[in-house]
Amino acid sequence: MREEARLVVDFIACDGLGFCNEELPDHIALDDWGYPLITDDTVSGPDLKRARRAERSCPVAALRLEALQRSLELQA
Amino acid sequence: MQQRLDSRIDPFAWQTTVMPGMEPRLLAGLPPSGTFRSLASHRAAFPVPPRAGRRTDPWLIDEVELAGLTGRGGADFPTARKWRAVAAGNDPVIVVNGAEGEPAAGKDALLMSRLPHLVIDGALHAAAAVGANRIIICVGEHSPSAVKAIKGALAERRKHEKSGISITMRKVPDRYVAGESSALVAMLNRQEAVPTSSPYRTAERGFKKRPTLVQNAETLAHVAMIMAFGADWYRSIGTEAEPGTRLVSLSGVTEPTVSEVASGASLLDILEAHGADANDVSAVLIGGFYGTWLRPEDALSSHLTIDSLAPFDATPGCGMLHFLPKGSCGIAAVSQLADWFARESAGQCGPCVFGLRAIADALVDVEEGFGGAMLGRIDRWTREIPGRGGCSLPDGAARMVRSGLSVFSADLAAHRRGRCSAEKELVFG
Repeated sequence: MREEARLVVDFIACDGLGFCNEELPDHIALDDWGYPLITDDTVSGPDLKRARRAERSCPVAALRLEALQRSLELQA
Repeated sequence: MQQRLDSRIDPFAWQTTVMPGMEPRLLAGLPPSGTFRSLASHRAAFPVPPRAGRRTDPWLIDEVELAGLTGRGGADFPTARKWRAVAAGNDPVIVVNGAEGEPAAGKDALLMSRLPHLVIDGALHAAAAVGANRIIICVGEHSPSAVKAIKGALAERRKHEKSGISITMRKVPDRYVAGESSALVAMLNRQEAVPTSSPYRTAERGFKKRPTLVQNAETLAHVAMIMAFGADWYRSIGTEAEPGTRLVSLSGVTEPTVSEVASGASLLDILEAHGADANDVSAVLIGGFYGTWLRPEDALSSHLTIDSLAPFDATPGCGMLHFLPKGSCGIAAVSQLADWFARESAGQCGPCVFGLRAIADALVDVEEGFGGAMLGRIDRWTREIPGRGGCSLPDGAARMVRSGLSVFSADLAAHRRGRCSAEKELVFG
């Protein structure tokens, strides 16, 4: 099975430092105040490695990569 | 008289009505204004709730499900489903949500200040259903008469009718986000009353990490009615999909009034029953400040149900209906409400802190006729902001602004030409 994950931002924790945008510009843009705007929240295949690096790069741990199964459960 | 919407109205100042042609239900036992219905008077009509214990009572949950009751705090979530989630956990707690942060809503404060025993009975039924031995009643500090009545009602019960479980009251700060369930739980856990981010829902882990049922005061009053008179009786009014009654808080062209109406009542009927008609109204804000503006022809051909309002991206919400008087400037109203939202931000999430302030400031420019270039930005910001906060306050602000700018397009054009002749008195304080 193809591995997929979803990008989730905890905006209470987020300080708008922008590291996530540097690591993953094709999935995360920034709004007018420097806060992440997720343009494509699903990450799969080769992008996963970069997404994990983006997750680790956030100094305040506001970016999470959730296994898709888990995020679907939370929605239900 | 146009009242200032974001200044609070004392619960005793709200007029109360019941829609013509129906028997009052929640409001049947309403005592004279200025007093609350005593325990003795309440007990003459309602049986003593079952004693809560450690065991859950699936029958009570089934009855609430049969009645089709949904949460009246604004989200209309099925009550029985929430109860089952909480009942599945260990040692749950009931939190009565009487924060009522919507400035133009008064129904929860009205119930708590005049029919407190109805709300408390509902909480006791909920406790018996999910197996809770503790109830915390949270009352907005902006309603001193509700605080006083709940205190008085609890004193009566301590003297005459011990429930066997702990029931206490807590005052909630007067800010919109304090009524959000994670914020209430944070407050009870001795933190600031602002939304928190947790992978757990309050139903799983809330007050002192215990499963916590946060339930709106009006919802619990309906529970007391259902338990006393049965699900079939409850369903005998309202629609098949959305049975029972609702309390609506009316303002604008009408005096501030809390009215009990059948779920599915026509908005035009509600308006006309309160001495106004379609010609008096320039737009209707439905469901709260956290709601949606509708054109009068759309609103007044709609019914107070989720289905009927869905095409307009609106819901009955907390039951607030503001009928903006003809001759009032809609752009001024939207601008003032946007400023209220910006001030109500808890200050935690960037898109909310900066976005709502930017939108409110841009709307002042629009109002003053200099905002042509701003309209494009407001459009983009209100599309970018939803879903990017720890709570849904920014989503509500965006929806209110977008629906307002669409409904008030004629006013908008007048402002762009610098020629708005409508009344710009401070509609919303």
